[in-house]
Amino acid sequence: MRITQGTFSYLPDLTDAEIAAQLQYALDNRWAVSVEFTDDPHPRNNLWDMWGLPMFDLIDAAGALREVNECRKAYPSRYIRVNAYDATKGRQTTALSFIVNRPADEPGFRLDRSEGPDRRITYTTHPYALDRPAGDRYPS
Amino acid sequence: MTQRWSAGVLQYAEMGYWQPDYEPKPTDVLAAFRITPQEGVPPEEAGAAVAGESSTATWTVVWTDRLTAHDNYQAKCYRIEPVPSPDGQRGPNQYIAYIAYDLDLFEEGSIANLSSSIIGNVFGFKALKALRLEDMRIPPHYAKTFQGPAHGIVMEREYLNKYGRPLLGATVKPKLGLSARNYGRVVYEALKGGLDFTKDDENINSQPFMRWRDRFVHCIEAVNKAQQETGEVKGHYMNVTAATMEDMYERAEFARDLGSIIVMIDLTIGYTAIQSMAKWARRNGMILHLHRAGHSTYTRQKNHGVNFRVIAKWMRLAGVDHIHAGTVVGKLEGDPGSVAGYYDSLRVNTARPDPAKGLYFEQDWASLPAVMPVASGGIHAGQMHQLLHLLGEDVILQFGGGTIGHPMGIAAGATANRVALETMIKARNEGRDYLSEGPDILKQAAKRSRELDMALATWGDVTFTYESTDTPDVVVTPS
Repeated sequence: MRITQGTFSYLPDLTDAEIAAQLQYALDNRWAVSVEFTDDPHPRNNLWDMWGLPMFDLIDAAGALREVNECRKAYPSRYIRVNAYDATKGRQTTALSFIVNRPADEPGFRLDRSEGPDRRITYTTHPYALDRPAGDRYPS
Repeated sequence: MTQRWSAGVLQYAEMGYWQPDYEPKPTDVLAAFRITPQEGVPPEEAGAAVAGESSTATWTVVWTDRLTAHDNYQAKCYRIEPVPSPDGQRGPNQYIAYIAYDLDLFEEGSIANLSSSIIGNVFGFKALKALRLEDMRIPPHYAKTFQGPAHGIVMEREYLNKYGRPLLGATVKPKLGLSARNYGRVVYEALKGGLDFTKDDENINSQPFMRWRDRFVHCIEAVNKAQQETGEVKGHYMNVTAATMEDMYERAEFARDLGSIIVMIDLTIGYTAIQSMAKWARRNGMILHLHRAGHSTYTRQKNHGVNFRVIAKWMRLAGVDHIHAGTVVGKLEGDPGSVAGYYDSLRVNTARPDPAKGLYFEQDWASLPAVMPVASGGIHAGQMHQLLHLLGEDVILQFGGGTIGHPMGIAAGATANRVALETMIKARNEGRDYLSEGPDILKQAAKRSRELDMALATWGDVTFTYESTDTPDVVVTPS
């Protein structure tokens, strides 16, 4: 399967030039760009690992792209995303977030159903990757 | 002075309701009314009558006014402006009357009280042929007495983990008649294909062909299965509209217990019920969707009723997270300027007066969260560039027919919409002139997406070009 989190998952994977264009858009809006990676792609896992701090005050997209590629080099078989953060009053949240790296094979999720009374079912979404210990979840 | 208090009938203007020198206080609630006086009634008297009848006055002098600080409680019509006719010739005998109300006239945090005051009696007043409430300025002092949106746009996006693009939805069709199992199938296909939300329609409550509980059970199965297959958070607006508050709470609690992230209500349940549900939604961590069922009965005609921008402001105060606010290009009424004004009223923290958008006042929301506008009704993937240009990013685009009617199936319809949306966002961010290049951008994307290709072939040139019945008085000439 293909996890479709992020702003551009229904498009073909972005090239470096395309990533740079999005980074530049974010920087032109004065949004702080950050890189995050994970091996737990559960839809409600907000806390991906941070690849350094958000790049406040950065102007040139080349610097941010360099961080993306460093992170890819370190974690080639994990999910990596770029976030752009808008700190303006009233917004103070992520403004753009897209995946820039994914494992070659995405096993996806299992849906566990626990049957309760009066036809009620409790659902749990379980990433297959979590069956293996952290750091060893996707073959590199 | 003695004449003012003699028993009998006086002109409203003479009773202090027309005060052209009055300087509105920052704490005043302000209203702009479009008035059409009867023949022979001077506009100032008509404006004063509206001020009087929406505050302290009755048809005759009453001595008991003198037991009160009546100067304070009287609403004041402080300005009257003739409405220009579109051709610049003789006006349509309409005027905009600006009226100021002291803050003490209103109960804190009550839309029912606010609306009973402002639109309670005055719309049937004989001295007026027609009356329309065009806009209101809610001072921060009053806005702060309301809860406001249960979550607001920022929290909703963080909840959904979806940023940088409009959200996508669809209303299940046919809106009546499907069994719960078939209904769940539509929800599943649409969410799996790429939509973020699906939606019950306004009139799907609990009918003989499908009871609410059965619908909820099947829809939550669909939501969870689609989440599993995409790795994304998904939702279905479960319409809990019902005959009594007790019924609505029961349905909403059941939706919550099933793990739904969102419930839905109709405008027809009434302002008080809406405020109750907004409090419930915040308490229970549920997003609250409002369908504006019935609003066109009083919002659509230019000379009489209540402009939708007032309803939008009231609903932001009342505390809903979503409200349908027009598409411009779809099948339902909505002139571009007016719709931009509705969206501003829902989304921005401070709005400036803007005649082209039909905004009469400055509005400071004092950090009350923003409401996510919903664009629904006769829109399709081929309009993506226009929709993004007109409505911006913080909006839910709902393609009902434009998803479910796709020749390759519902999931394909959903994928077509998502591909079109992501393509357009990418192009916009890359700095392209996406509005004029839009059709070409979509055509290029369709080469890699058979779903989008078929959607464009099916609906590419469908438009709804009818003249709006309601437009701002000022139309900006294209430069």
